[in-house]
Amino acid sequence: MKMFRKIMFGAAVMSLMAAGDASAAGNKLVLDGSTTVGPIAKAFASYFKKTTGVDVTVSESGSGNGAKSLINKTCDIANMSRSMKENEIAAAKSKGVNPVEHVIALDGLAVIVHPGNRVNNLSRKQIRDIYSGRVTNWSAVGGPNAPIVVIQRESNSGTQDSFKELVMGKELPISRRAETQASNGAVKSRVASTPTAIGFIGHGFVDGSVKALDVDGVEATVQTVKSGKYPISRPLFMYTNGQPTGTVKQFIDLPKSVDGKKIISEVGFVNKY
Amino acid sequence: MQNSSGMSDDGASKQGRSSVFIVSARKRKLQKISQKSGEATLFLIASFVAIVVLFIFWFVARDAVPFFRLQGFQEFFTSSGWYPADDPPRFGALAIIYGSLMVTVGSALIAVPMGIIASICLSDVLPFTVRQYVKPVIEMLAAIPSVAYGFFALVVFAPLLQNSGGPILMWAWWIIAAPFLLLLVIVVSDLLTAPLAKESMKKTAHIGVGMLFGAVALVLLYFVGNQLHGLEIMSGTNALNVSIILSFMALPTIVSVSEDALQAVGRELREGSYALGATRAETIVKTVLPAASSGILAAVILGIMRALGETMVVWMASGNSSHIPDPFFNYLDSVRTLTATIAGDMGEADQVTGSARFHVLFAMGLILLVVSFVSNLISERIVVRQRKILSGQ
Repeated sequence: MKMFRKIMFGAAVMSLMAAGDASAAGNKLVLDGSTTVGPIAKAFASYFKKTTGVDVTVSESGSGNGAKSLINKTCDIANMSRSMKENEIAAAKSKGVNPVEHVIALDGLAVIVHPGNRVNNLSRKQIRDIYSGRVTNWSAVGGPNAPIVVIQRESNSGTQDSFKELVMGKELPISRRAETQASNGAVKSRVASTPTAIGFIGHGFVDGSVKALDVDGVEATVQTVKSGKYPISRPLFMYTNGQPTGTVKQFIDLPKSVDGKKIISEVGFVNKY
Repeated sequence: MQNSSGMSDDGASKQGRSSVFIVSARKRKLQKISQKSGEATLFLIASFVAIVVLFIFWFVARDAVPFFRLQGFQEFFTSSGWYPADDPPRFGALAIIYGSLMVTVGSALIAVPMGIIASICLSDVLPFTVRQYVKPVIEMLAAIPSVAYGFFALVVFAPLLQNSGGPILMWAWWIIAAPFLLLLVIVVSDLLTAPLAKESMKKTAHIGVGMLFGAVALVLLYFVGNQLHGLEIMSGTNALNVSIILSFMALPTIVSVSEDALQAVGRELREGSYALGATRAETIVKTVLPAASSGILAAVILGIMRALGETMVVWMASGNSSHIPDPFFNYLDSVRTLTATIAGDMGEADQVTGSARFHVLFAMGLILLVVSFVSNLISERIVVRQRKILSGQ
């Protein structure tokens, strides 16, 4: 874990250096933006390097900064976990940049509990109440009389961001009592071993050791995430300046390839195509 | 050649002396140069270590200052609202500082008595051959990487605490408290009956008082044990879990260093004590321990620093929830420590912006540095003073 973080840190620093004098040409790609899309972009980058020999640097400075980088032409592709705002598009146009949107994957968050928990369905409001600390006992949401152990992710996690945005809304903070775990895997293992715990992980990480709850009565499956029925899900974007060509196009088309699809589900997201 | 053949002793010694003298003029210069350069190298290396420490201080402080300039001191030290990613962010670190304090104190409470007792046992009680085997085994604990401890704490120990935490705590209470209470009962009844004049009365009173207190102790043992047995631990990743694991990590340091200190007291003092008619217990308590106390203190400080600075275990198994447990001594609640926060928040996004969120981590690092620096200074002070007292100044 530590090692992984170190590597990520190193990669981010190096890509920062590279982003300074980024160019949209040659055999080098520069990506900047969302921390949520980051893992996909990084996995793609190493795959792309292996198959085509093109160096891809990925920075994770947030969706907003990604948009800025694209507008300032310091990156080739902006990774964003939301679509571009009106004013960003206007700013881009005024600088002669034509941002084109590509949905590369879908981000569905599974809300998980211990398999022995008799609760099967929670509404988004109930989840919000649990995470904000308003509801602290399972009996309030149709479960046994036991305190809820709330598990969240670290504040720099993209999954945490998604959850906050899709469930909590902007204003409501997550309770201070919530435990914090470092990764999807750690959350899963805590929930799997704690009968009264609740957590959330990327849809791709769910397995038999935990139970994914229905949210607002909708089961979390690849289909419901794809159709947009499952409420805690959102598309993830990459933006290019104009219709992509050459290596940029090759990269943007990765999610449509067989290997690309495999990579996306390996890092815990749902394929769009 | 001729000299070594030893044909003429006189000539040989004369020649030898003069030749040594002639060579040494040049040699001495060389020797002087090499000595000076050797000293300079050693000095450089030694000062390099000091300079590294200074540099660490300087760099951490340099990045910590902007935080306090941006956010001020008040929120950081008085609020426990830790929402660094929100807009606007909140950097209340009180609960986190408290969490560090809590697990450090918890692990010290376990590791210090256990470590000191173990080191006494190793140096003064166990036979030499047994010690030869036991000490390396204890030191093995230090060789286990901390991530392995963390993994154990998260995957094995936390579920164990959740499933059967009550019974485990009860057994721990019995094992720790029973001998302690027995000792207490003996001492108290001894003290209470000491003023009695008649020898025969003393004996019966002794037994009576002993039985009375023994009964009280038994009730206490049973009652608290029962209470603990009924406890249900909601989440196994809590301060208790981390304290126990950290105490095991601090144990080898404490045992090893204080055992060395006890050994360094030497045979003479011990034999002197025996010669004055002291028993082994008296020798240990009244002679060996005071003489070794400065070394033991150093061991304790080192062990505590190990617990305070440990990151991986607390990061994995403390639960990382940034609130002050309720009530404040509730070790069954999850806590968040400074080290874990630094490790967890030093993520991908923030070194870019140079924001308060980045600098706050250095502020935390600075606190850790200052705490360990101050406690090292204090221990140094105590060691010096102890040495003075022992040498009779």
